[in-house]
Amino acid sequence: MKLFSIRGGVHPEYRKEQTSEKAIVALPMPRLLYIPLQQHVGAPAEVLVAGGDLVKKGQMIARSQGTISASQHAPTSGRIVSVTDVAAPHPSGLPQTTIILEPDGKDEWAELPEPIADPFAADLQLIRERVARAGVVGMGGAVFPAAVKLNLGTQYKLEILLVNGAECEPYITCDDRVMREYADEVIDGARIVARVMGAPRVVVGIELNKPQAIEAMTKAAAPFAEVEVVGVPALYPMGYAHELILAITGRETPAGKRTAEVGVVAYNVATVRAVHHAVRFGRPLITRVVTVSGGAIREPKNILSPIGARVADLIEFCGGFSAPPARLVNGGPMMGEPLPSLEVPVVKGTAGILALTAEETNAQAASPCIRCGSCVTICPGGLSPVEMAAFIRKDNLEAAARLGVMDCISCGSCSWVCPSHIPLVHYFNYAKGALNDQERERRKSERVKTLAEVRVIRVEKVAEAKRAAMAARKPAAATAAADAPPGNATASTAEEKTNA
Amino acid sequence: MNIATTSGPFTHASSTVQKTMVTVLLALIPATAFDFYLFGWPAILLFTVTVGSCMAVEAACLALADQPVKAVLGDYSAVLTGWLLAMSLPPWAPWWVGVLAAVFAIALAKHAFGGLGQNVFNPAMVGRTVLLVSFPVVMTAWVVPHPLFSSGAPGLADAIAITFGSHMPDTVSAASALGYVKTELSRGIPVTQSMAQVPDLMDMVLGYRAGSLGETSAILILAGGLFLMAKRIISWHIPLSVMGGLFLMAAVFHAVDPARFTSGTFHLMSGATFLGAFFIATDYVTSPVSKKGQLIFGIGCGVLIWIIRTFAGYPEGMAFAVLLMNGLTPIIDQYTRPRMFGRNRKGEPLPLVKEKP
Repeated sequence: MKLFSIRGGVHPEYRKEQTSEKAIVALPMPRLLYIPLQQHVGAPAEVLVAGGDLVKKGQMIARSQGTISASQHAPTSGRIVSVTDVAAPHPSGLPQTTIILEPDGKDEWAELPEPIADPFAADLQLIRERVARAGVVGMGGAVFPAAVKLNLGTQYKLEILLVNGAECEPYITCDDRVMREYADEVIDGARIVARVMGAPRVVVGIELNKPQAIEAMTKAAAPFAEVEVVGVPALYPMGYAHELILAITGRETPAGKRTAEVGVVAYNVATVRAVHHAVRFGRPLITRVVTVSGGAIREPKNILSPIGARVADLIEFCGGFSAPPARLVNGGPMMGEPLPSLEVPVVKGTAGILALTAEETNAQAASPCIRCGSCVTICPGGLSPVEMAAFIRKDNLEAAARLGVMDCISCGSCSWVCPSHIPLVHYFNYAKGALNDQERERRKSERVKTLAEVRVIRVEKVAEAKRAAMAARKPAAATAAADAPPGNATASTAEEKTNA
Repeated sequence: MNIATTSGPFTHASSTVQKTMVTVLLALIPATAFDFYLFGWPAILLFTVTVGSCMAVEAACLALADQPVKAVLGDYSAVLTGWLLAMSLPPWAPWWVGVLAAVFAIALAKHAFGGLGQNVFNPAMVGRTVLLVSFPVVMTAWVVPHPLFSSGAPGLADAIAITFGSHMPDTVSAASALGYVKTELSRGIPVTQSMAQVPDLMDMVLGYRAGSLGETSAILILAGGLFLMAKRIISWHIPLSVMGGLFLMAAVFHAVDPARFTSGTFHLMSGATFLGAFFIATDYVTSPVSKKGQLIFGIGCGVLIWIIRTFAGYPEGMAFAVLLMNGLTPIIDQYTRPRMFGRNRKGEPLPLVKEKP
């Protein structure tokens, strides 16, 4: 298959060999599970249980609410300890409402929805409902509710379902292992998704540094003419959906548009596998594969973890730290976020937990920019990081916005390559946040202004009506006064009042 | 453990500013060593004085600005400036040339603008140009090579007299090839005739001729430049476009009137073409950041070098050309930004391609 080149990109040290040959192993059930109500983009789920309730494995414990949301399920059977605030796996470490579940060790399944025996003949709406019910979200990091995304097929004419197995982040090998060990499930899930979305073709994109995954997936895809497995160059950030779509189809998604508008929708391999489980077995999304790696981890592993296990449980399962970590990362080292503590839970979007040594992070104090231009050369977004950063330093955010800072995907390539170690992405994230704030403020004040204007018009109208009424009354009163004897004046005024 | 909230990435390429500068210095060593051999002790003394002055001036400026002296000096940018500056001076020039050039290069061209990365003009070329304009005689007093330890080469004592006593022996001065051709042309002698007197091409390539340190070892400078490309410190864009611009202009005019204009090959091999193309014009700080901008910048340098060499009062135009193009760098940057993903060149979102019915 002919591939298309993408702009820029970098070749970070992949360091995947620490876990790439390690088969997925299940985490022993922890003592407590912490299941946040919000593990996805959109509204938090509405809690259905209370402290003391007994739940079974797979039972819905929080229901999706609103158009964009996802349900949460009990990863095992047990007792609900409480529903309370717990630190979220977010750099802020701010608390969020979380269901605490104490496993009973029996791991008893709840009554699950009837499996759909033949998803290729079943009613599409039924499949959509099953996926929604199972609480499946994008597991590549976007955590967008999968069921909502499935509806894109009704809005746009889709030609290709792109299954994203690029896994371009260093260290992370969970998708690699899923493709090697569960290729058939991934392909089946992809075909189900493609059918629901009305996409006639399925293309699986995998970076060439995962030859075993490519082999396994190619074998699994062989019986299906519509499915094709494509090896793409190992070039970060190839796994960013827009870049992968460009590389494979040559279609460049216009700024501010959805990929569906160029006829392609991308799903992560773990997500389509979760769809397979939801449709074929009625099983909700209650586990995920997490790569625990980094130089400070004694025994790096690919772990099948229940949602809600604490990061500390996973690290303990890996033998703990072999060296004091300089940095704990939620996700990959390029686009991942700092972990606020070890006490936060694994959620549906957790692909990796990294404990990195100082040598691995190679963090250094920033020195002055020498204008080497590397950031311009490698920016996959075609931006000019050196110029944007200079404007942001001077707090000239409008100028940075004109240069396209809002189009920055924070892939981290510029910060990675910068010989002066300037935290460019940090500048851009700051600018994006501040510009979003300004935009919200602007909208708010615009709304206030509109409301104020409307009020002026309304007050004006009322006054106008009063004046008209007064004007109408005066001649009437004058006539009445002329016609009627003086004694009737009171009655006539009362009549006016009722009319007004 | 550091849990401070910062954005990723949490891994980094091994590149640092210091590594970059040191690699460039490494690339300069072969040519410099060869030139030390050619021009002997006076050249070594002047080189030491110039590099030392640059470091001293840098340290003084940093101290004045309340910046960490030791840490910033350790980035080796002042060493590189001093090194390139020394390579652009006549090898037997007196010590004060090096000191004065260092003051102009580091204090005025670099720190007055805000230090590393903030300067608009190439510091080494500012230093050289100020001296050339102010002291044209001293700055064009070239000598023929006096290889170290050969008979007639100055010993260390003689060298100290030359460098620190301004005791320039009269007999050794010589014109550079570019200067010679220019002088002859002004006397009415056509290029075709004067070319017979300049060193042959092989000598020019190897460097056995009069000139500044960096002008006289084209092949070793080229080797250093290729090393920088292999190390990905520089890309081909600027060197090739500088040389291409210069060669094309020279070749076209030479074809039209060989008696008036020297050939493209002569221009490439003479003066500081290689040093300029690989080490001066490629200075990160003062050249455009985008590859397209670098091509425009390089071609501009090449064309200006040819114009200055051919029509202006000075025989060599590299420094002037680079400084002129340095001044254009901000505007080149502004007009050569890459196209943003999903947008056209104007920054508008790409149109959605309508399906064929």
